[in-house]
Amino acid sequence: MIPVAFDYVRATSAEHALALLAEHGDDAKLLAGGHSLLPLMKLRLATPGVLIDVGRLTDLAYVRDAGDQIAIGALTRHRDVETSTILAEHVPLLAHAASHVGDPQVRHRGTIGGSLAHGDPASDLPAVILALGGTLVVQGPAGTREIAATDFFEGFLETALAEGELLTEIRVPKVTGAGWSFQKFNRRAQDWAIVGVAAVHDPAGIGTGIGLVNMDSRPVRAHAAEAAVGSGATSADAAALADADLEPPADLNASVEFRRHLAQVLVRRALEQSGVASHT
Amino acid sequence: MEITVTVNGNAATHDIEPRLLLVHYLRDVVGLKGTNVGCDTSSCGACTVHVDGESAKSCTLLAVQADGCAVTTIEGLAATAGVDVAAGEMHPMQEAFREHHGLQCGYCTPGMVMAAVSLLDENPTPTEREVREGIEGNLCRCTGYHNIVKAVLACAGVLDDTPGPISWPTPVAEPSTPTAPASAEVGA
Repeated sequence: MIPVAFDYVRATSAEHALALLAEHGDDAKLLAGGHSLLPLMKLRLATPGVLIDVGRLTDLAYVRDAGDQIAIGALTRHRDVETSTILAEHVPLLAHAASHVGDPQVRHRGTIGGSLAHGDPASDLPAVILALGGTLVVQGPAGTREIAATDFFEGFLETALAEGELLTEIRVPKVTGAGWSFQKFNRRAQDWAIVGVAAVHDPAGIGTGIGLVNMDSRPVRAHAAEAAVGSGATSADAAALADADLEPPADLNASVEFRRHLAQVLVRRALEQSGVASHT
Repeated sequence: MEITVTVNGNAATHDIEPRLLLVHYLRDVVGLKGTNVGCDTSSCGACTVHVDGESAKSCTLLAVQADGCAVTTIEGLAATAGVDVAAGEMHPMQEAFREHHGLQCGYCTPGMVMAAVSLLDENPTPTEREVREGIEGNLCRCTGYHNIVKAVLACAGVLDDTPGPISWPTPVAEPSTPTAPASAEVGA
């Protein structure tokens, strides 16, 4: 499968990428690791006229301790998120989830920023960033702005990134020592999750966060289940609300009803593994 | 546009279309047919090569993304690792695949070997489970993986091949809360 012909330009800095975005407008797409975009282009579901390659902006590839938060450069590869000792200590949920993205070859090339900016409800990392209540830092023509993860994912492959903007950094709160769990239900090792759950339980800190994979047209939180845990519900009672107000898709792998069932089972397991009491 | 890629130690410059995939560049421009195209959807891993020393699926990379990089294919694996190819020697991973019969039809083998070498670069003494997880990006429809896993463990020097009755893989102890549910448990 061959993509439709396009022009290729390589950005040499974030500022250069912004200038190229301004020059080429909505005919352009940003290329990071390319492991979400190139498959779509090969299927000709995406046909950008210009690819702006930001894959060599190595100054946007880092994991840094930023006080109460960890700051991760948007061009940080999944492999480097997976093996980060800073994340292993302070946000192990994110490092662990990154180790379940695709397969080793994909993790050598794919980036956290590319995965989030793609906005795919079937991806693992959006659910993790939602559960953690992370923040996305975006540069654009008007300067830098911060977008809460809960406001970032607007629809199927649609995000709050405006035309001409570049995602530069992801910030997640430190949840050192908090309970967490990542549940990925799939049929084969490298598959997308049929349903996935990212949970963090940090009563003394950020509270309880639950992000869901493939349970709506966009990456979502299980707000009702989170609120139930906050009110003292058991893991089972909270998990019964896992799919409340959500509209999961039906496809070859699962019906709507099966996805609702999976979400409830996986959220219960995730909450128990995170340390939410299973009995009152 | 013009790109310069060092393939198996030989730097060359070519004028290519930006949409040319790395695997087609290697096969049709450079002329190295050892890297196979399998699924062409980044699932099967048959096209795995090393880009700057790390495994990557060359069907999901543009050749322009490898501009300035060092790419190693199955043809150059042994020589770039310092093996005396002129004396008829192979890379230790290739030897291990032959010794342990880690292939049948052979179509997945170039990608499987490249993935396995990259795996041992990152984890020189893996467990059997780590090998099985480490090659999750490579599909083999013939072998059932058993001899491939044996070959990788042997190459790493951690294969226990004591003769005796068949030892089935020990079930992995699940954490107190299951993380990989069997389908039968889902209804629980």
